[in-house]
Amino acid sequence: MTATATTARFTAFGSSGTAGSLVRHRTGLLLAAAVALLVLGTFLVGGGAWPGDLTVDLTGPLGGVSDWIIDNRDTHPLFLYFFGHISNGVVLSVRGVYLVLLAAGWAGVTAAAGLIAWRVAGIGLALSAVVAFLFCGLLGMWVPTMQTLALMVVAVLVSVVVGALLGLAAGLSDRVFRVLRPVLDTMQVMPAFAYLLPVVLVFGIGVPAAVLATVVYAAPPMARLTALGLRDADPGVMEAAASLGATGRQRLLTARLPLARKELLLGLNQTIMMALSMAVIASVIGAGGLGDRVYQALASVDVGAALAAGIPIVLLAVVLDRVTGAAGDGIGSAPRTGTARPGWAVAAAGTVIVAVVARLAAGTAWPDGRTVAIAEPVNRAVGWMTGHLYSGVPVIGGTADWAGRFTTWVLDPVRDGLQWLPWWAVLLLIAVLAMLIGTWRTTVTAVLAMAAIGVLGVWDPALDTLSQVLAGVAVTLVAGFAVGIASSRSERVERLLRPVLDVFQTMPQFVYLIPVVALFGVGRAPAVAAAVIYALPAVVRITTQGLNGVDPVAMESSRSLGATGVQQLLKVQLPLARPALLLAVNQGVVLVLAVVVIGGLVGGGALGYAAVFGLAQGDLATGLVAGAAIVLLGLMLDRVTQPTRRHSGKGA
Amino acid sequence: MARPRTPLVALVSATALIAVAGCGAADMTQQSSPFANARGARTVTLSVQSWVGAQANVAVAQYLLEHELGYRVDTVQIDEVPAWDALSQGRVDAILEDWGHPDQEARYVSDKKTISPGGELGVTGHIGWFVPTYFAKEHPDVTDWRNLNKYADRFRTAESGGKGQLLDGSPSYVTNDKALVQNLGLDYQVVFSGSEAAQITQIKQFAKEKKPFLSYWYKPQWLFAKVPMTEVRLPAYEDGCDADAKKVACAYPRTPLKKYLNARFAHDSGKAARFLKNFSWGTEDQNKVALMIADQKLSPQDAAKKWVDENEQEWRAWIPR
Repeated sequence: MTATATTARFTAFGSSGTAGSLVRHRTGLLLAAAVALLVLGTFLVGGGAWPGDLTVDLTGPLGGVSDWIIDNRDTHPLFLYFFGHISNGVVLSVRGVYLVLLAAGWAGVTAAAGLIAWRVAGIGLALSAVVAFLFCGLLGMWVPTMQTLALMVVAVLVSVVVGALLGLAAGLSDRVFRVLRPVLDTMQVMPAFAYLLPVVLVFGIGVPAAVLATVVYAAPPMARLTALGLRDADPGVMEAAASLGATGRQRLLTARLPLARKELLLGLNQTIMMALSMAVIASVIGAGGLGDRVYQALASVDVGAALAAGIPIVLLAVVLDRVTGAAGDGIGSAPRTGTARPGWAVAAAGTVIVAVVARLAAGTAWPDGRTVAIAEPVNRAVGWMTGHLYSGVPVIGGTADWAGRFTTWVLDPVRDGLQWLPWWAVLLLIAVLAMLIGTWRTTVTAVLAMAAIGVLGVWDPALDTLSQVLAGVAVTLVAGFAVGIASSRSERVERLLRPVLDVFQTMPQFVYLIPVVALFGVGRAPAVAAAVIYALPAVVRITTQGLNGVDPVAMESSRSLGATGVQQLLKVQLPLARPALLLAVNQGVVLVLAVVVIGGLVGGGALGYAAVFGLAQGDLATGLVAGAAIVLLGLMLDRVTQPTRRHSGKGA
Repeated sequence: MARPRTPLVALVSATALIAVAGCGAADMTQQSSPFANARGARTVTLSVQSWVGAQANVAVAQYLLEHELGYRVDTVQIDEVPAWDALSQGRVDAILEDWGHPDQEARYVSDKKTISPGGELGVTGHIGWFVPTYFAKEHPDVTDWRNLNKYADRFRTAESGGKGQLLDGSPSYVTNDKALVQNLGLDYQVVFSGSEAAQITQIKQFAKEKKPFLSYWYKPQWLFAKVPMTEVRLPAYEDGCDADAKKVACAYPRTPLKKYLNARFAHDSGKAARFLKNFSWGTEDQNKVALMIADQKLSPQDAAKKWVDENEQEWRAWIPR
């Protein structure tokens, strides 16, 4: 999410010097073998799409499962005594937090936010927190903001507990670590939409399903970073603790956990970000709050209103990110234990006083008249933009023409090419790519994932989706590397870019759904555009970070040898930042794929549409198979583009 | 390393045990929203479907429930089929505009009796294929399906391959279009826009340039007031001609739209439930409110207030005594 998050992630994966030299040796050999196989295979096996005999039709069994759940949900003990209590527990906790927030009133909540930010991160962030909360009220979004906040508090708490427990187990036991890692890896590439349907089926539409889907999505980074923090504990300190005769538990509590504090806080930060990004997606299954407002505004094709509900989400995200980020940075600096308690007491007292005074003076509800209407000017701006750019722009043509050309000249050939290739040639291609970039393990995973897509019977739509992802990734990388290089060369560009990237990364994807259609028409082109908008910030950030992180000694020595700026960039900076650039590629792929479902909402068709269709029609067979295929596609793409061993949170 | 895990395992199993055995059964048919009934107000939760007509119903019902009957109203946007599910569990109290879901009706209304019918909305829905009126005026024969192939070229887009484009909408819609195109031998490609918002945006862009297009669309719909469209005649609808989804070769039926209530809500909640059962208006009224919301960008509450102020004798009859 922020600079802090990305930096820590860089420390989280090792470099692979030996793998690099190995790769170079193998390349020629592998390519020759692949070509030979391809030619031979065409004669021997023949071509065509995935063979029908090798598919499994899950419509029957999945339909049966879905019917069973619906018929037994109100009576079966599994639901009455287990899921029912989980569901009630979630509802009660969210309700509790919501009522507290309502009772504190807008003044109390704003004061609490400001004072907590002040204690954790200083006066500057405290002011931004206060301004952010007041702005949510000014936009007329106070109540939805509180609903979302209540849901977030519960979801983040559960995610942190679940994630920390998993991370603790993985951090202490090598066996658990080995078992858990591939699970977390898989969860990381799984697009959120894929889990909505099964969760809804069990818990029904509404807050419990939304909270649980959010936990599934947001707990992995916490687990990962907790495990990482515990495993990376300084051996010297551990040795010292052991020599002092500390027991295992004492060592954990007094040495390991405190040493891992930075990772734990980073995990919290990542978990909050992930949970917030889920807030809107969860509105599709009735989470209420801000996400629902965005979703409802969309129904009346009202970008302005969607933006008015989207801005509070961005504000919440930025404030929470900065505050938790600052808490992480503060560790290890001046010890605050002496002043901490009175400070917190002041904060608590201040909150209570403000809340009570405001309540007596004006009540707890946000004053009705005090709102600014941003919807109308925004809609006018969007209308102007789409009215003037859609077509008939002299010389360069309108955006609709570009979209048409992009579809005809890029998307169509790639899709038709992939679908024309014999199925075994596609598998072979993937195997070769994975061998070149990764290890035999990643190769096996990638090929099996792709084969599983064929077995599920969605080979053609999956290749259609794949073609859109490839096109989206290509555009993202070209633009992302260019902007990333620019911002690494100029600090001013980086400063200007930071808030823009923040907004694009946290703005709910639903908000730009209408603008992309208005600019590019319905079809696969707007789907690719939405994906690029979503994935670009992460790629830009990682590129900038990677280029800036290049060893200054290498830069200096190249400069003293008389290298020009361009030479320096091409010969020193880019090669040295290779791991970062490869990570950018990988993240670009994963993030583009995460927007496939959004693409389904603007005419992207293929798997994205099927996933949305399943959810809208309660059709488990269609939805789950499409979701699984998206996950498998993600797994394959992640493995194929994963050059180094990497443990990172989802998103960036 | 193994030791710290023991208490963990114990803790997890204890929690699970308490969850399973400690308390009684949870009532899965009474799962209200955590945001309901806050501040001591009685709350009614209404489901809103993604189209503006449904928003208009809910806006007016919400306004009257809040201002005439003293309820607080929560709205949740969900697609129709999941809304049935939510209705049966008590997560929402009512659907005000259902376009006909016989499977769900059999399951929840007849079998499980968790949902009870709430009468008709007073609006009749109709699905069809439409071309813009400016195009139909130039080429009057396009309004017969037999002539559609002649115009396939004109409806071509980058997305439709070499064929004409039939623009379809949200995945939550009832549609036979893929089968229709095939069974009627049409040289068309169905392009799913994936959401109503995307479809409306695309239609408006086409209309701005006076481009020809062919689209799945439905009445009542406010967009007709902005982009006049003419229906293309498909082979006439007869009872049961759409029974086999693969063999459909006829037009869509006219559907009187219905309301459904959560059975327990309908039974217990007195005035709110009686009001929602009485609620029934006409296509023209619904379109008026829908147009205010979607085109004039009034908030649903403001649009509802405007309609309520102007049509008192109509809604007076819905208020239970």
